[in-house]
Amino acid sequence: MDLNTLWFVLLGVLLTGYAILDGFDLGVGILHLTARKDEHRREFLNSIGPFWGGNEVWLVTFGGALFAAFPRAYAAVFSGFYTAFMLLLLALIVRAVSMEFRSKLESAAWRRCWDAGFSVASAVATMLFGVAVGNALLGLPIGPAGEWHGRFLKLLSPYSVLVGLMTVALFALHGAAYLNGKTTGELQQQVHRWFWRALGIFVALFGIVTIFTVWKVPLATRHFGAHPWAWVVALFNVLALANLARCVRRNRPGAAFVSSCAMIAGLMVLLGIAMFPKLAHSSLNPAWSLDIYNAASSPKTLGIMAIIAAIGMPLVLAYTCVIYWVFRGKVQLGKFSY
Amino acid sequence: MNVELLARAQFALTVMFHYLFPPLTIGLGGLLVLMEWRCLRTGDPTYKSLAKFWTEIFALCFALGVASGVVMEFQFGTNWGAYSRFVGDIFGSALAVEAIVAFFLESTFLAVLVFGWDRVPPKMHFFSTVMVALGATLSSVWIVVANSWQQTPAGYVLRNGRAELADFTAAVLNPSTVHRLVHVWLGAYIVAAFFVMAVASYYLRKNRHLETAKKSFRIALWTGLVASLLAPLSGDGHGRNVARYQPAKMAAMEGNFVTGSRATPIYLFGFPDVESQTVRAGVAIPGLLSFLVHRDFKTPVTGLDKFPRADWPPVAATFLTFHAMVGLGLVFIGLTVLAAVQLWRGKLFESRWLLGCFVLAVPLPFLANQLGWCAAEIGRQPWVVYGLLRTSDALSESVAASQVLHSLVMFSLIYALLFALWVFMLVRKIKAGPESATAGKE
Repeated sequence: MDLNTLWFVLLGVLLTGYAILDGFDLGVGILHLTARKDEHRREFLNSIGPFWGGNEVWLVTFGGALFAAFPRAYAAVFSGFYTAFMLLLLALIVRAVSMEFRSKLESAAWRRCWDAGFSVASAVATMLFGVAVGNALLGLPIGPAGEWHGRFLKLLSPYSVLVGLMTVALFALHGAAYLNGKTTGELQQQVHRWFWRALGIFVALFGIVTIFTVWKVPLATRHFGAHPWAWVVALFNVLALANLARCVRRNRPGAAFVSSCAMIAGLMVLLGIAMFPKLAHSSLNPAWSLDIYNAASSPKTLGIMAIIAAIGMPLVLAYTCVIYWVFRGKVQLGKFSY
Repeated sequence: MNVELLARAQFALTVMFHYLFPPLTIGLGGLLVLMEWRCLRTGDPTYKSLAKFWTEIFALCFALGVASGVVMEFQFGTNWGAYSRFVGDIFGSALAVEAIVAFFLESTFLAVLVFGWDRVPPKMHFFSTVMVALGATLSSVWIVVANSWQQTPAGYVLRNGRAELADFTAAVLNPSTVHRLVHVWLGAYIVAAFFVMAVASYYLRKNRHLETAKKSFRIALWTGLVASLLAPLSGDGHGRNVARYQPAKMAAMEGNFVTGSRATPIYLFGFPDVESQTVRAGVAIPGLLSFLVHRDFKTPVTGLDKFPRADWPPVAATFLTFHAMVGLGLVFIGLTVLAAVQLWRGKLFESRWLLGCFVLAVPLPFLANQLGWCAAEIGRQPWVVYGLLRTSDALSESVAASQVLHSLVMFSLIYALLFALWVFMLVRKIKAGPESATAGKE
């Protein structure tokens, strides 16, 4: 494996880490308004309280790593998705401050405002991630010099909107699987109901998106003929989804959450297979696509950054695990809670 | 409207808003370590309530720092595409390293600081505080590395139409990194120290939380005094570095239009007029700039006349922001020295007017940090990477002025709202005080 491929994989790992980790706290956000009582909403917020900040760093690291390893792709995609990224930033800001501010005043109106902001921002951010993935699979209007020829509204094609909605359902499902392990009693019952609803919606959307992808999006499945093992990943996804449902029914929240993580990881692998070795398919002319070679930094940078990542990321994983261990178990509201 | 102007305005707005928070969290991180260490050593519960109180303030600032920091990470790609392609090899790497070695550390261990008081033993909590402070500090290292490389590029070769990495160590330890870093740290500690002293003074004047207030004031005063006294020393080294590597910036900072053949004076204040190439209403000390730069009273300092007009930075803005920063630095020295003397005489905590000065002084260190960065960044113009890439050549090709205008309006509105809420929350929390800092939740 050359350095360029290694960096493609590393970026995949960072994005997968982000999807799994921030995925569940975005999911909790999407489901936030389904909790009606103030105390329940605080339980939702505090279930992710110690984690969401660290989770979001995965996105920041992904951005930084893309900038360092494939600057031409970073420049093209970030400037091309300009309006989408600005909306995403707005959503992420609103989300962060909603959690921080919400419980600091007792006023019900104040709390309702931040609750709505938190939930809507979580859904919008998730939707935008999905739309971005949909567009990446369709191909992007990239010109001969790696520059962009498009407008935001064109990004909202039926397919990318469908992928966006599917992502919202996916993270809601993932968030419900997480909350299932964090809540008790009446609230857990409620989370259960929403889990099954999210599951139903996700399965329906997943089915439609799969049919649409196979039928209309040749880029996504172009490697499946030459590499039949890609079907194994697809099968793995279906199995993980089935196991998720089974574990929730049998009341094994830990295993259910792991299945949910595995399913997201599987979907990310499928995305990686669809993209490789391209970072951005050009919809104008395949020859103008940005790939892991023509968009890359110098070999020296790729090498040094690989060493830093090889030392740094295991450390990050280690202390992240420690923190999840420290805050394991059901949520208890205390005087240090949100 | 001009895309370049709008994109620069947006960068200035977002980075200035962002930079309210990092100096506070870098400095407060260090002060939190001191407080918790005292708590572990003495077992004195006042230190614990102190640490809890300041941790909550820290968390509030950190949340806003993260929210506004993500904007910075994305903005290079959205607005400055050509720049991103040109510097990705080196500048992008510094940002990526920052995320991997610093940002993860800080945000992960912050969970223990805020939510872990009842969950982990005190030593583990102290360890987490050290990790958070370390994370904040390492973060500043890599961000300053990235910025310093823009100011004084080193360790690169120009190849394939961009700056490619040739020597990692030389790029990281480029000529201005260490000078800038030390100055940034001192600035951060001055912000945090004055912030803590302001809150303590407020309590002392109101006759509340006397024990905690006196303890925090002492810790913060020593920190603030040392940092304020060291700042001009570090500034002197940094200034000589600017004179050597960015002489046009030095000339603009000092309003030095004409090199001449004799020693160059320094202007204490004044207003540089580019048309007439003079400093109006200026009061100058003869020969002092030559002494500061060359350590003699003979050699002239390079003036703006040695550079083509197209390479001049905006002179008035650079001059004024720099001089205002220096002036504020002198105010910090005056206040902390005075307070230290009064403390030594045992009269500080009765001196209502001096405590009042500290309450009012709270925005000044924030302002000084902002002004210093303004001087550094405006003085680098018209270059975005000094001598290599002009700011006007750094934009994203596909982004239209209307898009930047819309996002600029959006950021202005949301940041104004967030700033108001931040101040409101801080005031509320401070009024509630250390013991009851967690009230209003149930």
